[in-house]
Amino acid sequence: MSTSWTTRVRKATLESYKPEDLLPDTQPAYVASWIYIFGVATIAAFVMLIATGLWLTLEGPAWWHGSGVGHFANSMHLWSVELFFVFMVVHLWGKFWMAAWRGRRIATWVSGVVAFMASLVTAFTGYLIQTNFDSQWIATEAKDGFNSIGVGAFFNALNTGQAILLHVALLPLVLGGIVVWHIILIRRKGVVPPIDNDATLEGSK
Amino acid sequence: MTMKVDPSVKWSGPTRPYDLIKELAVAVLVIGLLAAGLSFLFSSPDEKAVTLKSWAQTNPVDFAQTATGELAGTTTSASYGPPYNKAASGQHFGILKLQDWSGVRIPINPAKSFVLNPLASYNDVAGQDAVVTWNAATADQQTAWATGYADALGKAKDATAVADPSNLYGPVPTLITSLLNMAKGGALDGSLLTSDSTLPTNFTKPLLFLADSEGYFAAKAEEQHLGGGQWGVMNETGSWPGQSWLWLFSFWYQVDPFKSSDNADTLVMLLMGLFTLLLALVPVLPVIRKIPYKIPIHRLIWKDWYNKKL
Repeated sequence: MSTSWTTRVRKATLESYKPEDLLPDTQPAYVASWIYIFGVATIAAFVMLIATGLWLTLEGPAWWHGSGVGHFANSMHLWSVELFFVFMVVHLWGKFWMAAWRGRRIATWVSGVVAFMASLVTAFTGYLIQTNFDSQWIATEAKDGFNSIGVGAFFNALNTGQAILLHVALLPLVLGGIVVWHIILIRRKGVVPPIDNDATLEGSK
Repeated sequence: MTMKVDPSVKWSGPTRPYDLIKELAVAVLVIGLLAAGLSFLFSSPDEKAVTLKSWAQTNPVDFAQTATGELAGTTTSASYGPPYNKAASGQHFGILKLQDWSGVRIPINPAKSFVLNPLASYNDVAGQDAVVTWNAATADQQTAWATGYADALGKAKDATAVADPSNLYGPVPTLITSLLNMAKGGALDGSLLTSDSTLPTNFTKPLLFLADSEGYFAAKAEEQHLGGGQWGVMNETGSWPGQSWLWLFSFWYQVDPFKSSDNADTLVMLLMGLFTLLLALVPVLPVIRKIPYKIPIHRLIWKDWYNKKL
């Protein structure tokens, strides 16, 4: 084992993945079902969220209240997040019924759950920064939940400035990183094959 | 008989052509058009934000009663506990006192923060004198004045002030009248927003004060079906979809023992934390991980494979 950090990082990253695994142009023949659409649809909705979020970011948090174009941008952001969660939940259920953790894919499942939770937090902070009555009410209600487990002392739902920074700067990066981790795990292990009749192959080995 | 498949071994069987980049590009285009279409058809809600000014102008009676409650120490904020003050120890679960242990990291004394400090810096001599009188009194005297005036306002029902010819309530009537005038003019919003920083990005104080209002803030939320008993956390103003993915959070608040518990928030948050952990552990949970084998929905998902069409 090399003592060079650079060598170790190269071996753990670039040398661990073949280009054709990261960007495949073929898939196993069994990858042929409507359920596979929802994974890529979730990522596509995430791309739309980033795009419409950047649009809103460029103009500032209160822009959309007094601008028709701004209101449309906000609507695009809202409907993108609604679609994002619909796709993600269907994707999650699909993976459950496929027992997609088989074949040492537990880390892929866990990374998906972490992505789901990070999405909940990111969406929640988005609702906090609408700068309208809904955001005011959500903040005052949610603070009790966070305060009740000690989190509110560090994440103050009533502090709009903190919520803006979390939603616009930090959480998209965190969520994006988790999504990349999730996709790399899928590419590394390949798409889980159908559940076979052979009972010895069942489980999560 | 289907082909035996070991899920841990890299697939070496038949494949089909696949264009990952094209698939993603088409998906982004389709989802973008779908979001644009939904936005064009349904738009998005935008119920205007409320302020201390709109509260004082719309429901001055509720404002006066709530402000008096801040002085009497009877509002939610005044009796909250961490992270705002030490009026209570907060919620807990058994010996787990996370709220108490987090400490007072956002110190707020509602009487001082919402009433006395703003008036002390407001250009109203009567109000400033009333603050001086209040500060010179003992705590017991202050409580007696404020609770007495709160009772009087409650009995008067639709009044923002009650005459006090016998001086039973000390400076409290003047304090409340001055604060009401300050709020109606909009100065109280600015005062609370800039009390800790000249750059107003932190709405903790005005929102905590507003949240103590039952006749204005909470009533408006109930009108918009946002109340806690109305699955409010997952709702949106008007008829738009809100955070429906929080349905399980909202659900627990609708049923006992959570609904009637003084520690409902702690119980629900910990329960949801446990469920999150269980979701992550599905692959190793003895019964749950076998469900996909017992209920063969996978036969539908991979029907072509099982029918040996591939």
